[in-house]
Amino acid sequence: MKKKKRGVQKWRIAVFFVLVAFFAGLIATNVTDHADDIRLGLDLQGGFEVLYEVTPVGEDQEVDRELLTDTVAAINARIDVLGVSEPNVTIEGEDRVRVQLAGVTDQQSARELLSTEARLSLRDVEDNLLLDGSDFVEGGARSNFHGETNRPIVSITLRDANQMAEVSRHVMEYDPPDNRMAIWLDYDEDDSFAEEINKEDSKIVSAPSVTRVLNTTDIMIESQTFTVEETQHLAGILNAGALPVQLDEIYSNSVGASLGERAMDLAITAGFIGIALIFAYMLLYYRFMGMIAVITLSVYIYFVLVVFNWMNAVLTLPGIAALILGVGMAVDANIITYERIKDELRSGKSSMSAFKAGSRRSLSTILDANITTILAAGVLFYYGTSAVQGFAIMLITSILVSFITAVFGSRLLLGLWVNSRILNKKPKLFGVKESEISEL
Amino acid sequence: MNFNHETTKLDFVKHRKKFFTFSAVLISVGIILLSTIGLNLGIDFSSGTTMDVLADETVTEAEIAEEFASIGLEPDDITLAGDENDVGRAVFIGVLSQEETLEAQRHFEELYGSVPTVSSVTPIVGEELAMNALISVLIACVGIIIYVSIRFQFMYGLAAIVALFHDALFILAVFSIIQWEVNIPFIAAVLTIIGYSINDTIVTFDRIRENMKLEERVKTFEDVSRVVNKSLIQTLARSINTVLTVVFAAGALLIFGGEAIRTFSLALVVGLVAGTYSSLFIAAQLWAVLKARQLKRAKFKSQDVQESEA
Repeated sequence: MKKKKRGVQKWRIAVFFVLVAFFAGLIATNVTDHADDIRLGLDLQGGFEVLYEVTPVGEDQEVDRELLTDTVAAINARIDVLGVSEPNVTIEGEDRVRVQLAGVTDQQSARELLSTEARLSLRDVEDNLLLDGSDFVEGGARSNFHGETNRPIVSITLRDANQMAEVSRHVMEYDPPDNRMAIWLDYDEDDSFAEEINKEDSKIVSAPSVTRVLNTTDIMIESQTFTVEETQHLAGILNAGALPVQLDEIYSNSVGASLGERAMDLAITAGFIGIALIFAYMLLYYRFMGMIAVITLSVYIYFVLVVFNWMNAVLTLPGIAALILGVGMAVDANIITYERIKDELRSGKSSMSAFKAGSRRSLSTILDANITTILAAGVLFYYGTSAVQGFAIMLITSILVSFITAVFGSRLLLGLWVNSRILNKKPKLFGVKESEISEL
Repeated sequence: MNFNHETTKLDFVKHRKKFFTFSAVLISVGIILLSTIGLNLGIDFSSGTTMDVLADETVTEAEIAEEFASIGLEPDDITLAGDENDVGRAVFIGVLSQEETLEAQRHFEELYGSVPTVSSVTPIVGEELAMNALISVLIACVGIIIYVSIRFQFMYGLAAIVALFHDALFILAVFSIIQWEVNIPFIAAVLTIIGYSINDTIVTFDRIRENMKLEERVKTFEDVSRVVNKSLIQTLARSINTVLTVVFAAGALLIFGGEAIRTFSLALVVGLVAGTYSSLFIAAQLWAVLKARQLKRAKFKSQDVQESEA
């Protein structure tokens, strides 16, 4: 039989360069777009986060899924008053709501606005409850002007006109000057009318005297000091927060914008340094295969950014750490494969069969190693709180992407070279000395 | 760095008792420290408020304390951070009220032009976090044991979990000694290390399993240690290179990554080194001991059978 001449298959190498050029072009043209589009967590751009515990106000009320959903809707509406873009309000556990506002410029007023429970209640001078939030029409508060004086006022609407009549009759039983109906915002059990009415920053918005039975569903909240802006704000908060639940802050975290930016700059610089070190080491140690590793790692980093964008994920500090850790996992997969290939070369196999055997034998090792880490990340996601969950998602994504690029990408690119036969009998390029090769 | 298992004379199994003793001593010291001084728990796990103040210049603890005093607050602890000591971290035991927080934020914004970072936790949340973290670790361990037992054998799983606890305890011990503040990212780091440590161990076990199949007779402890030594030397270059590259990344985070992730990155670096150490010097040796014991028992059993037959 005539021996077929086995020449170098140049087309494979051409395909390699086309692929590399394609990825280089892809990365060069839109990596910055993807990087810019990624939403940053509040630890990286400043902002604040509060975890509220939801407790019912009325005794017959129960904290259930529906009430929590309503609360989230109310908080969202309140954030709308603030005009914050991309707020993140989530239900956590059975009675908690987490509010994350990233990139809020005026943190102080945002916090004040959020923490105002906006529980409106009408009480007599002895602090007996007459009407509370549940008696008002939800979303019925409006910023308005007084018909006669033209002063800015807030008007709210009651569900039932009879209630108002009853309440005003009750208040009229008191002798002047105690025939007053106090309109409270955020009344607490230890507050009292006598104390609060004289305070400068009083919780009592107004306390009009009642001289006749009011048979109406509309209540006017007046104050001598109201400005149009204040009434708009108050109406906004009342509409948003007219839900009868109490929110207690049990965890809060706020990051100053400059501290956040600084943390991000540092983490990104650190990331670049770490990755540069890894690239240098891989090139130095694995020579030609190291170059393949550098290419696949770059593609990995690009893909992780794209997948992140696509998932609409929020990048946080632990997230950056997970990303860099993912680089480590990808490097490990490369190292496991390359060491296997070197082993096979040393045992005397040809480049092509060493590559084939090395890739095949390393796969199950890499798979086992990755699955155990995903297992740990999965547990983190399931049991963790928001920051840890973000980390877990990022870690899982990183592992999956690293598996694809480091195993298949590396195999494809290295395979093009090896199968072109150009590397035949050049073990040095794989970092294997001739003297180490044992004869078969 | 190339390690030929026929010419490299490294006996990992022979010195196993030294390795076991070394780890046992370190971990005992760690446990003693953990149960006496314990960890320096951050407010994530106790309760209170921390406030990070970014100044526009180098500050001293006394200056920060003075500024807090001027608005009527007295921090329980003040530490400095940042490259030029321009970040002051004040810790308040017990949660600050919202007014106090806002007052302080306004004050420092006026003073230095940037709003301080404030984080506060009530006791309930802190306890829950610590509990959840512990549960997560245990569940992850059970999951890993099950996975390894299915893919390998229970004995591999057992040795891997011992190595895993070794690594987790190692990090805790180191943090108990240096008394760095432990926070939620620290938990994330410990859990990552658990995944990573098992990863490392699995790679060596994979090779041991493969070499066991190639061996014609494995009857005595000497046979087992020969296989283990050979496998460890074959995977040595990979173990060293992997830990080096990952330590490059974690180390860069530690040195250049800033205060916010310092605890996290240190825990990672310590855990990575411990993970590599335990898979090279603890896990494989432990497996060798367990395997040899199993072989011995099997031998006695077959002798018993022969005797009773005779």
